[in-house]
Amino acid sequence: MGVTVHFPRNQTCCGQPAYTTGFPEEARKVAAAQLDLFPEDWPIIVPSGSCGGMLKHHWPKLFKDDAVLQAKADSLAERTVEFTDYVVNVLGLQLPAGGKPTKVALHTSCSARREMGTLDIGRAALGRLPGVELVIHDHESECCGFGGTFSVKHPDISSAMASDKLESIRKTGCDALVSADCGCLLNLNGSLAKRRDTLRGEHIATFIRSRMDASTEGTA
Amino acid sequence: MNAPVVIERPGPATPKTAGAPGGAHREVHARPEDFKQRSHESVNDPHLRSSFRGAMDFLIERRAVHFSDLVAFETLRKLGEQVRQHALSKLPELLDQLEAKLTELGVHVHWAETPEDANRIFLDIAQRHEAKLMVKGKSMVSEEIELNHVMADHGIECLETDMGEYILQLDGDRPSHIIMPAIHKTKQDVAEIFHEHIAGAPLTDDVNELIGIGRKALREKFGAAKIGVSGVNFMVAETGSIVLVENEGNGRLCTSVPDVHIAITGLEKVIDKLEHVVPLYALLPKSATGQAVTTYLNVITGPRREGERDGPREMHLVLLDNGRTQAYREERFRATLQCIRCGACMNHCPVYTRVGGLSYGTTYPGPIGSIISPHLVGLKSTRDLPTASSLCGACGEVCPVKIPIPEMLMKLREAGRHSITQSMTPPTQALVGQGEVRAISEAMAWRGWRVLYSHAFLYRLFAWFAPRLRWLTPAWQGGWTKSRTPLKPAPKSLRDMMADRDKRRR
Repeated sequence: MGVTVHFPRNQTCCGQPAYTTGFPEEARKVAAAQLDLFPEDWPIIVPSGSCGGMLKHHWPKLFKDDAVLQAKADSLAERTVEFTDYVVNVLGLQLPAGGKPTKVALHTSCSARREMGTLDIGRAALGRLPGVELVIHDHESECCGFGGTFSVKHPDISSAMASDKLESIRKTGCDALVSADCGCLLNLNGSLAKRRDTLRGEHIATFIRSRMDASTEGTA
Repeated sequence: MNAPVVIERPGPATPKTAGAPGGAHREVHARPEDFKQRSHESVNDPHLRSSFRGAMDFLIERRAVHFSDLVAFETLRKLGEQVRQHALSKLPELLDQLEAKLTELGVHVHWAETPEDANRIFLDIAQRHEAKLMVKGKSMVSEEIELNHVMADHGIECLETDMGEYILQLDGDRPSHIIMPAIHKTKQDVAEIFHEHIAGAPLTDDVNELIGIGRKALREKFGAAKIGVSGVNFMVAETGSIVLVENEGNGRLCTSVPDVHIAITGLEKVIDKLEHVVPLYALLPKSATGQAVTTYLNVITGPRREGERDGPREMHLVLLDNGRTQAYREERFRATLQCIRCGACMNHCPVYTRVGGLSYGTTYPGPIGSIISPHLVGLKSTRDLPTASSLCGACGEVCPVKIPIPEMLMKLREAGRHSITQSMTPPTQALVGQGEVRAISEAMAWRGWRVLYSHAFLYRLFAWFAPRLRWLTPAWQGGWTKSRTPLKPAPKSLRDMMADRDKRRR
């Protein structure tokens, strides 16, 4: 697609786990250590929606007492784009017709859907993949029960949410489950494995890639 | 605001076994400290799970009908937010104005700092009138002060006249929802409760017949009571009016038939002008029960005047603080007080839907309860409430006055874990229970996390070792592995893959 991907090796974590658990100062220090890693005026693509939301909406809030750091955080926030958003709206993803018919269930991370608008974007991305049929599961907009440390602090409630989510996804008879959020995928896949279910959630990037590979093989 | 209880909701019709959460004939002792235990029991109770899910889905659908135009909803709720923020921005002045206006109208205004103060005020009035019976309309603040129990201890019967609350009172149970208090009861439960407690009530599970039985039993009491008690939805500073939103008409009877009317509410419920009721009323019933309007909207401005033929001869308003000034004092928590008690956040909360209202052990359950209760009873006993959220944001999205509930939850998590001196941005004064939830192990874990993740060299070392030592991953990982396989580093890290790619390209 003609894009060069740069991966600054010194990046670590967006800090969301500490931030949402009530340790904003720890999150601030982790964020502060990364403010200089993206100096060029390039978009910053985040392949996990809720991490993207953290950069875009919460990093600027962490540096209210320091104008210089705040300016850096603002610049990062402005350039932060969720992966699917970039692929659909900037690169204009469109695959040639003739992909293998596949029924796909889409799970959107709650914070990403609300902060980054990933529901419409995720649906749009799947719509650009010929042969892919989106199946809507019951209570689609409901949380999968991950919630970072919530999943460990309240395992009973979290597990009940994950289990309901997987049951409604399974009821659709889908062939694949995709999501653009790594946290949700950890939770859903860990739960699927524990249930000895053969289904595994795939990151939407992986899914798009496999459709691209299949379509080039088809045309070769 | 009370709701029509005649909501027939889906769910299995089999009676619950005794001892199950929300089971019949049990005095429920509510303690927020027991949240984990009670939520554990609730998620493992299939009856409760399916009945709450059914009821919440029903309410979500009913609400959605009115707010299908999201742009219009946003415009309206911004107005609602403005009305509440405006009122809170001049709360002391508005309360002064309200008191002056009410006094002018002949209403006695009482200030209660604690539940004990409020109960003493009730008791004084009751004893002065030698009242043995009070009839009460729905009021969550009266639950907050446990009015019924305290009055009963002094030989005064305080009878609930809201149908849902009446059912619970007969059964010795507690509300599990602020709008639909008895939502955890099935019609079969109600049939049994009425049959057992109301003389001559036949055993029937016909909802209309049940409501008829309840209404008839209550109807006789309104005339017999010396005192009527009500809650308040909005108090208007400009006119001294008390606005009461209800569906059953019991609120109107409680505030007009008995000789004495005592209204009780939290001091945050004041609004500036009468016209400010309009947007709030446009939001409240739709958000709460999915009704465009309620059956009754009472605007009560003072007691019976000379020449008037009905209405109470004496009227009181009890304004309760009980921790609200703490939320008011701290700017970051002030939005908590914007709440108009619609319950939409509960209906849309995936956690509330699974654990039910009784698990919280507080007067106000669900997301709004988790941000109010820490101010009312302290951060320590409510330690598990702010964390009982995946921060999915559903509550904030439907809130008719735009309370940023997820953000408040995060700030309460922080306040519980940091004393004033440990806080990154300390509050003006310590909250009740500030820093008392801090566990050294948790604080140290985050410090370790911070050191690792803010030093690129350390993190790269870690990221190099993790995939290579993944066989050392423990099989038991606390709460995580309860229903999930252990978290394991990937066989190859992203940075290793990127390094390989760069080598290939060179």
